[in-house]
Order: sequence, then C-alpha cells, then structure tokens
Amino acid sequence: MSKGRYGIYGGQYIPETLMNAIHELEDAYETYSKDPSFAAELEDLLKNYAGRPSMLYFAKKMTEDLGGAKIYLKREDLNHTGAHKINNVLGQVLLAKKMGKTRVIAETGAGQHGVATATAAALMGMECEIFMGKEDTDRQALNVYRMELLGAKVHAVTSGTQTLKDAVNETMREWASRMEDTLYVLGSVMGPHPFPMIVRDFQKVIGKEIKEQLLEREGRLPDAVIACVGGGSNAMGAFFEFIPDKEVRLIGCEAAGLGVDTDKHAATMTKGSTGIFHGMKSIFCQDEYGQIAPVYSISAGLDYPGIGPEHAALADEKRAQYVPVTDSEAVEAFEYLSRTEGIIPAIESAHAVAYAKKLAPSMEKDQIIVVNLSGRGDKDVAAIARYRGVNIYE
Amino acid sequence: MNKIAEAFQNKKAFIPFITAGDPSLEMTEQLLYTMQKAGADLIEIGIPFSDPVAEGVVIQEANERALKQGCTTDKIFDMLSRARERVTVPLVFLTYLNPIYTYGKERFMQKCAECKIDGLIVPDMPYEEREELQDVCKKYDIKIISLIAPTSKERIAMIASKAEGYLYCVSSLGVTGIRKEIKTDIADMVAHIRETTDIPCAVGFGIASTEQAKEMAALSDGAIVGSAIVKLIGEYKENALAPVEDYVRMMKQAVQDTEE
Repeated sequence: MSKGRYGIYGGQYIPETLMNAIHELEDAYETYSKDPSFAAELEDLLKNYAGRPSMLYFAKKMTEDLGGAKIYLKREDLNHTGAHKINNVLGQVLLAKKMGKTRVIAETGAGQHGVATATAAALMGMECEIFMGKEDTDRQALNVYRMELLGAKVHAVTSGTQTLKDAVNETMREWASRMEDTLYVLGSVMGPHPFPMIVRDFQKVIGKEIKEQLLEREGRLPDAVIACVGGGSNAMGAFFEFIPDKEVRLIGCEAAGLGVDTDKHAATMTKGSTGIFHGMKSIFCQDEYGQIAPVYSISAGLDYPGIGPEHAALADEKRAQYVPVTDSEAVEAFEYLSRTEGIIPAIESAHAVAYAKKLAPSMEKDQIIVVNLSGRGDKDVAAIARYRGVNIYE
Repeated sequence: MNKIAEAFQNKKAFIPFITAGDPSLEMTEQLLYTMQKAGADLIEIGIPFSDPVAEGVVIQEANERALKQGCTTDKIFDMLSRARERVTVPLVFLTYLNPIYTYGKERFMQKCAECKIDGLIVPDMPYEEREELQDVCKKYDIKIISLIAPTSKERIAMIASKAEGYLYCVSSLGVTGIRKEIKTDIADMVAHIRETTDIPCAVGFGIASTEQAKEMAALSDGAIVGSAIVKLIGEYKENALAPVEDYVRMMKQAVQDTEE
C-alpha cells in the first residue's frame, strides 16, 4: 500500500510522469515542516499579512433568536482575501519558493483559491497561472479580473463540464508538462498524497485557535463544530484539533443543491460511492460505470464531485457526520446572518450557518456550537440577488 | 510465450490506439478488423472515461464523443466478445482506475478474460499503487503494462523489475497528442530499462509521422500511435475505415523499414 492513507482512502493515483514531482514535494515538506525558520516565516506571514488569529465571535442575537445552544462564529471571513484559503496558499507558496520553484499553478472554482494563490504569488514574486472552468470564468468574471490584477494569468478550461473538476484535470495536465520550475498549489484537502496532509496541516490553525479562544472565553470545549464541505479544507482545518476530543461533534455540511433526490446536487457523502479519481481513493458522485457525475450547487466553492480522503475516513469511523443542505436553505441562512448579525457570509459558509440554525434550538442553553465562517459573502451578492429575481451583475 | 510477446517476435511492432465507441461501437469493431488487416501487431483500445487526465485534447474529445453517444463498459465487452473471433492480434485496454474499480475489479477482469484481453494500461496507477490490481490481473492472466516517463530516471529499475507484457515508454512530458519533435533521449531510456529486463519496449506519446515512427522503432521494439489515428476518426467519422487503413499500413511499413 502506498503512502498517505486514511483508512482505505487516500493514496497517490497519478501518472508516472508526475511521481518524481510528487516525491520531491513530499521530501521538501518533510524537511520544511520540521524547520523552525520556515515555521517562523509562515507565522509572521499569517499574523502580519493575513491577519491571524481570526476572531471567535459570540453571535448573541442569533443565539437569542434561536433559543438554544450558544453560537460562536470563527471569523475566517476576516482574513486577507476574505476566506480561509489564504492559510494554505501562504504555506504552499512559501514552500514552493524554498524548493527553488519560480512558478505556481492552481485550479479554482469560484475563484477564491485562485485569488488567494495569485495574492501569495504576487507577495512572494512568483509567476502564477490559474486554471478555471469556462463556465466559472463567466459566472465569476470579477474574480478573473481580480486574479489578473494580481499579476496572474487565467486560463479558461473548456473541457468536460467546464467547472472545478475540469480545472483540476487541466492543472494536473499542465503540471505533468512542466514540473521543473513549477509547483501545483492545490486548494483543498484532496488529490494525491501529500496534498491532503499538507493542506490540512496549513489549515489546522483554524481549529487550534478555536480551541484556545473558546477555552479562554468559556473554559470548555464546544459541543459541536460545524463547517461546510466541498473538497473539505476549511472543515478539516476546523475539525482536526478536535478529533481526539470525542465529546465534540464534528459536522460537515455538503451542498444538496436543488435536493438530494434530484440530479442537481453536489452531496458526495449522501449520494456518492467509493472510487479513485484526482489522485485519491475517496467518495465521489459517479454513475454505475465510474463516470464522474456532473454536480451542481448554487455555491461554486462546494460544486465538486468528490471529498478529501480524510473526511471519507472520518465518516467511516463515525467520528464526523456529513449532512446535506439545499440551495434554498443556504440562501435563507445567507440572508438571516446578514440581517441578524450584520455579517454577510460566503454562500459556501451559509450552508454551515443553515445547519446551525436547525441544530441550535434542539440543544441546551449551556451548550456551545462553533460555526466556521470560512469566507465573506461580497462575491455572492449578485448571485443571490439573481436567485431572488433581482437582475444585477457585478 | 504469451500473445503479447508474439507481437514483438522477430519484428518491430506497430501499435495503434483507438477509443472504443468513437464514433460508434459498430465503427470500433470495423476499425479493429481494418487495422489488423493493415498490419497492426497489437491494438490498444481505450475505454472512455469522463476525466482522462493523461490525455491531450484529441483523445479527450474522443472520450467525450463516445460517452455522449452512450458507450459503456458493458457494451464494449459485448462488442469484443463478438469481434474477438476475427481479431487475432493481442488486445490491450487503456483506461483509468475508476471505471475498473466501480465496475468491480474481479468482474472487470473476468470479462476481460472472456474477451481474451491480453493486457491493461492504467495511466493513473503508478508503481506504488500496483497492488490495486496486481492479484486480480494475475488471477485472470492479464498483463499490467507499466509506463516509463522522461521523468522516471532512478525509478526505471524498480518499474522494469515488475514489468509484464511490454513497457510503454512515454516519449514526452505532459499528455498524449501529436508533437512536432520528440526531445527525450529514448535510446538512453531503453538502455536503462535493458539493465533490468529484456521485455519489449514500445514508444508512445506524440508520434504521428512515418519519420517519427521509424526513428522511435529503431531505438526500441515498436511505436504506439494514438492521437494521430483518433484525429482521423474524428475527421472522417463513419468514413474513417479507408483513411485509417492507409495510415496504419504506411506506419507499419515505416516501422518495418527499421528492421533491416
């Protein structure tokens, strides 16, 4: 069995052409993850550039309104570039630089990971190329311009379904043709080993901070940590620190789109099955012949037909549970949090808010829920307006 | 001697690749007969996959066309169980792990054995993940064809030590597709392989012209051509038999010319 296993999941299912590049990354990470000067440099960037630690905010009005458990929001939306994605890219681009690479490439769905990668590349003086599904470049034209503003070159991917999974395919293909000076900066806890581990390690600061901040405020651990899941990086970041704390429920919210009984969803855990794709064994939405299914969600960041292998293992072990949240529930939560707390969440994060709204009233008032607010919702305002029948475009 | 070894016996092999179901399975069946007649020594058949990450645009589009017109793994097996009576050259499947895994590894190999499939190329199954199919392939006597890339370097000995059937020498970085120029030192790659094994080495990725086929076959035991043929099929569709026959005959001749 190869390296990077989480239960039966994970592995390194990639073309031979990329194997030495992957081993080079493994070796480099092995070295730098133990290097105190690398850790110090990254910590300085996280603190002074990204704005960490992010706040843990007590949502008093929401708590009172729902009348159950106390709700805290982990404010990843307040990071530089507006989402948790920056935690990972600062780590990976810094690693790329240490490895002597001069160019980074990345996939992006809605554009958040692309923007974060372009940002880190600009900061560290690296060449940057982003692969984005053609359909997503149309839907998220503002983010395309943002990446270009940051000096990145954006390629519109026209193969397959022209969305996130095709962007990953194309970035893999590009890496296979040029790895000497180039590192693939993967955006989620997915892909071949060591990516799921590296991304988790760079994101686990979220859960670590939640634990410290809550212990200081409440003197105890939360009863539940809730996060949205596409590939699963913000959820893994929020969950990881709490895995040994069995009394803390870990809940991932996946995109149910128009409903899990329709063919318009991205509910991998609810509707998918085990497969091997994008370098990993994990759970995927697919047909009986193993063709990867086209997926749908109002949220481009959750619009992915798979999930990271460590999540699949946490589900098998029943350490975490994964629940579907529909477009309409997410939109309603998006509006609710805006009105109730004056915080406009990313539509991705709104999936987690929606489930917290359902769960909190069934819990006791002395119990605590932490919702990972993985990103801010400015990018989604026009799409939500359109969902509500108001025709504004960015 | 296994059937694959026969394809390389005392000659340089010409190995064409086509995607099953492009433009239809009826055409795939006819193309198998045609290519055999034109001199193909072994034929690689692609089982279409929604996300073929090792393929360039030409074969990606063939995969999309095949899936769109309803080609499935079961239908491919059905066609081959018919065609196999007339197709006597060795047949090798090329597909990704997910279609095999989801179909059921055991069931897939059993069907392969029924259709007398001789080998399997799985681009997303590197040496480290061979265990995924090793035992079940052995059980049904289906050879796992390993790939060696320009980047393999010190990995060559390890891969060659487990090689079966033939070794697929990847001529270029990146994905499949027609290339004007092949820059990798194939002679050096083959010499490296020869330190470990005598198994035949065939060169693929990027070969389209007779000159390239001649050159690559001279340095190895054969030439594999995919995109150039798939491109012809994409262009001529139902009328592709004649141009494919001419092309395969010409390429086979070029490969043979290196034998003198």
